[in-house]
Amino acid sequence: MSARGVAVRVGLGRGWTEFRQRALDVGGLVGELWPWVIGAFALHALSGRTMGDTALDVGLQGIPGLLAVSVVYTGLLGLSLALVTDQSDGTLLRMKAVPNGTIGYLVGTVLGRAVLCVETALILLVLSAWLFEDVQVGRVVTWLFLPGVLVLGLLAILPLGVVVGAAFRSRASLGLVTLPVMGLLAISGVFYPLASLPRFLQWVGELFPVYWLGLGLRWALLPSQAVLAEVDGSWRHLEMVGVLGAWAVVGLVAAPVMLRRMARREPGSTVRPDAAGQG
Amino acid sequence: MALGGAEPVIDVRGLRMSYGATAVLHGVDVRAHRGEVVALLGPNGAGKTTTVEILEGFRKPSAGEVRVLGVDPLTGDEAWRARVGVVLQSWRDHGRWRVAELLDHFARFYPPYRTPFAVDELLELVGLTGQARTVVGTLSGGQRRRLDVAVGVVGRPEVLFLDEPTTGFDPEARQAFHDLVHRLTDLDDTAILLTTHDLDEAEKLADRIVLLVGGEVVAEGSAPELTRRIASRDEVRYSLDGEFFVHATEDATGFVRELFEQHDKAIGDLEVRRASLEDVYMTMVRKQEARP
Repeated sequence: MSARGVAVRVGLGRGWTEFRQRALDVGGLVGELWPWVIGAFALHALSGRTMGDTALDVGLQGIPGLLAVSVVYTGLLGLSLALVTDQSDGTLLRMKAVPNGTIGYLVGTVLGRAVLCVETALILLVLSAWLFEDVQVGRVVTWLFLPGVLVLGLLAILPLGVVVGAAFRSRASLGLVTLPVMGLLAISGVFYPLASLPRFLQWVGELFPVYWLGLGLRWALLPSQAVLAEVDGSWRHLEMVGVLGAWAVVGLVAAPVMLRRMARREPGSTVRPDAAGQG
Repeated sequence: MALGGAEPVIDVRGLRMSYGATAVLHGVDVRAHRGEVVALLGPNGAGKTTTVEILEGFRKPSAGEVRVLGVDPLTGDEAWRARVGVVLQSWRDHGRWRVAELLDHFARFYPPYRTPFAVDELLELVGLTGQARTVVGTLSGGQRRRLDVAVGVVGRPEVLFLDEPTTGFDPEARQAFHDLVHRLTDLDDTAILLTTHDLDEAEKLADRIVLLVGGEVVAEGSAPELTRRIASRDEVRYSLDGEFFVHATEDATGFVRELFEQHDKAIGDLEVRRASLEDVYMTMVRKQEARP
């Protein structure tokens, strides 16, 4: 096996070890999960009302959106935060000192995030199925489509997390990203139908992967009549796969470039106060 | 010690480094051969860490020629990286890993290039056998530093960089660490470049000391050589007719000869003190710091 192949395999082991460490850390797990649990209960409190002229429950309709938001938070913001933290606490530098360590680090970190995203989604799904009897977890098609949509969504979103994490050096500056992402969530139709937004905001929302991930999740999880609340009354499968796929391609091309930039970056004074600025 | 004719494994000439308008290194030369321990000795801010980071390939110098194992560290590939060991100063990373688990993880990157240490053997070498299952974040400062060394040498490097290895150690931990460094050079003929601001440590560990003050090499040699070469002013204490005197001189022997010629038996309590390396070090540091 080539040296890089070895590093990829070691990276898989790294992701697994870090996953185990996290699974045993109850406090950390609660910290990752509480927003989604509260969100699910909040949606449950909203249920009982129907949306517009459809028979669709307002709370139920929000569940796939919540799932999409959790993927964006964990996969994009969480991953970029992890990368920035590892740059400043010396983790990345230590991996750089090992042959092909950067590869192993990345494989481990991105894989760890992907697993966390899936784990969060599963827990949220189980909770939703318990709260809302109309979440379609009993259908065969759900279990055929849901993994596909999730994987495509992760492929579109995780590389973005890498790009963002590699572009910033400090947690403080990462705040610059959080705000636009919040804005993006607001126009991505995750909690209320995109069709109810002004036309130009719809177009902006449709440019980004969040809306399409949410759409795919609604398609996989909601009763089929929910399609009536969507733009054009259609699940728009072709566009869904097209836009998510395009973001995945762009991200997978951009991520390694940004990473090489990050890996070449010199150690900062945050790690080693003795290193810079002193003469 | 330097072997006659052998190529140095670390070869730095005219190394310069500036951060913006601030020059940190003004033309530094350092060489080290296989099996040799070289200490980069200097006060805080002398440019030691910057020098080491350039040698490790983590920082781009402003000017100068740098070769580590015959390769410019900036262009060093992963095969080169596998031959170089780096002991880092950071202490916050990988806090949730267990000691043996982390060493095993790092060891796994090396087999395509070279045979790494077996984890048990390495734990024994650095004295962490009892902490194999300890969570890294709960290690004491000295234990954490020994783990850093273990991570640095896990690939049996040909060149090892140690940046301030014993900062914050108690005397006992320091002694154990010095034993470890000696074992490493004996074991694999590793060349070691370490930085320290502690003269005593440089004297104990290094075959050669490079005294770096204010970004310049002000002296270089073995500890006795350095003392001989630059410790010019010795101290002569004596009594003349029961009165005590202290005289600083560059020629103690000549001064004493004259003293006896002039006063003969009136001289008593004669004592000649060579300036110690410590005196020399302190003098140089003070001289440098007094410069504008």
